[in-house]
Amino acid sequence: MDSLTPETLPRLPASHLDIGADSEASHRERQILAATDVARGLKLWKLGLTLAWLDIKLKYRGSVLGPFWLTISTGVMVGAMGTLYGTLFHMDLKTYLPFLALSLVLWNAIGGLVTEACITFTQSETTIRAIRMPFFLHAFRVVIRNLISLAHNLPVIVLVFAIFAIWPGVHASLALPGFAIWLVDGFAACLLLGSFCARFRDIPPIVGSVMQIAFFVTPVVWRPEQLGRHNWWLPFNPFDALLEVVREPLLGNIPDVNTWALALGYSLAFCAGAWALFSRVRGRLAYWM
Amino acid sequence: MAHIRVENVSVDFPLFHGSARSLKKTVFAAASGRLGEDRRHRRVVQALRSVHIDLKTGDRLGLIGTNGAGKTTLLRAIAGIYEPTVGRIRVEGSLNALLDPMLGMTPDLTGRENIMLRGLYNGFSKPQIAALENDVQEFAELGEFLDLPVRFYSSGMVVRLGFALATAIRPQVLLMDEWFLAGDASFLAKARARLENVVRGADILVLSSHLIPTVLEWCTRVIWMDHGRVHMDGAPAEVMQTYLAGTAPPI
Repeated sequence: MDSLTPETLPRLPASHLDIGADSEASHRERQILAATDVARGLKLWKLGLTLAWLDIKLKYRGSVLGPFWLTISTGVMVGAMGTLYGTLFHMDLKTYLPFLALSLVLWNAIGGLVTEACITFTQSETTIRAIRMPFFLHAFRVVIRNLISLAHNLPVIVLVFAIFAIWPGVHASLALPGFAIWLVDGFAACLLLGSFCARFRDIPPIVGSVMQIAFFVTPVVWRPEQLGRHNWWLPFNPFDALLEVVREPLLGNIPDVNTWALALGYSLAFCAGAWALFSRVRGRLAYWM
Repeated sequence: MAHIRVENVSVDFPLFHGSARSLKKTVFAAASGRLGEDRRHRRVVQALRSVHIDLKTGDRLGLIGTNGAGKTTLLRAIAGIYEPTVGRIRVEGSLNALLDPMLGMTPDLTGRENIMLRGLYNGFSKPQIAALENDVQEFAELGEFLDLPVRFYSSGMVVRLGFALATAIRPQVLLMDEWFLAGDASFLAKARARLENVVRGADILVLSSHLIPTVLEWCTRVIWMDHGRVHMDGAPAEVMQTYLAGTAPPI
């Protein structure tokens, strides 16, 4: 202890803080502040990755299988639902099970992310009140955490595809741009729902029930073709197009231009909305904790 | 050169959630007559009102005042946590705010993990984080508890970890709330030497405290906060004398 002098302590890198009144900021200033927040959040990516990884570790601390419980529960769900719906819909299991496995895993990723987006800021309440941190970092953490969960579900898809000897071929790489849209939408969802739910604490249950309904009206367990001529309303469901641009390439098909346009259009609108809200309320978030 | 400039800063807390926190604020505010309405007629607590403070390298500022006078809110505003409702805050120089014993630590994570997160937050490299860990480990004397989740710690251990972690980093601007000077006697003696090191190393100190001897010893300037305003600003001895004459019975 006695050897400790100010010189041996690690020095903090120099920094600079200039915070104006939130209510007096112009629209443009708010945009810049929000963009700075995102940039600073990205710069702390190492912290974001570590936080996300610790979240997963923490959730399964003390369990033998750890996050592989996710894999098992998804596997069981695919098996059970596959046999049930395959019989109900009179489907050929050989094509239906791979479709269902992929659909369910992808939908779990969407549903999980949307649900957790609601607690983006509220779950970090104590941190937000204790130190100044870019708010985007919390969004980053939630998105990465859900990516890790998704990665643990991938073996289920691989296994089902292997059993039925399905190989999507080079078309699978077309899922990457779709997935990139998902990532951006994921950040937007965290900023939008996270802010909204911080201010109005009743939102998370509402989001939960909306997602429940979305699960049934989106072609997840059923195929879009099963709707026949009643499929005119599908384009109004943003989840449909978003799911298709990732799922179809992985099944070896190429999504048509319309699907792509819809997915992009919905995403743009969603991101614009999220950005408008986040840049508006960023300075107030700490007060809502 | 470190510099803090607080220009005409007001902070209003909106009253939204009926949580214990808001309730506490409401009670304090009601007791001090600071419930008000903002421009959009929402009920707010006016935690800070038109505060002006200018600090430069070498300044050691003590904040005194009753509970709910706005001392902690002022520290949080300078730390950039609460962005002001009116006015502007500028801080030049690296800043470390020791506001509560948990310091934003996650109770479910181990002490070691919390140390690592703090290092990453500060942008430290791997060896720097290792050094931070060693330093905290040595000082906090938590032994094997360092690898257990923080929520298993006794309150004394939490203070020790928080203190060791917070004082292991050397900022130019140090903001400190009074909990820092609490703790059991044996720890306090050991803590004091370490804290004094950090305080000496900092260019600017802002300390919020009820402990008059500490303020008199460490501070070169004292601000008496009252009802969210700067009530008196001046040399420690002078402000303290008026403060004590006004609030406490003579001993």
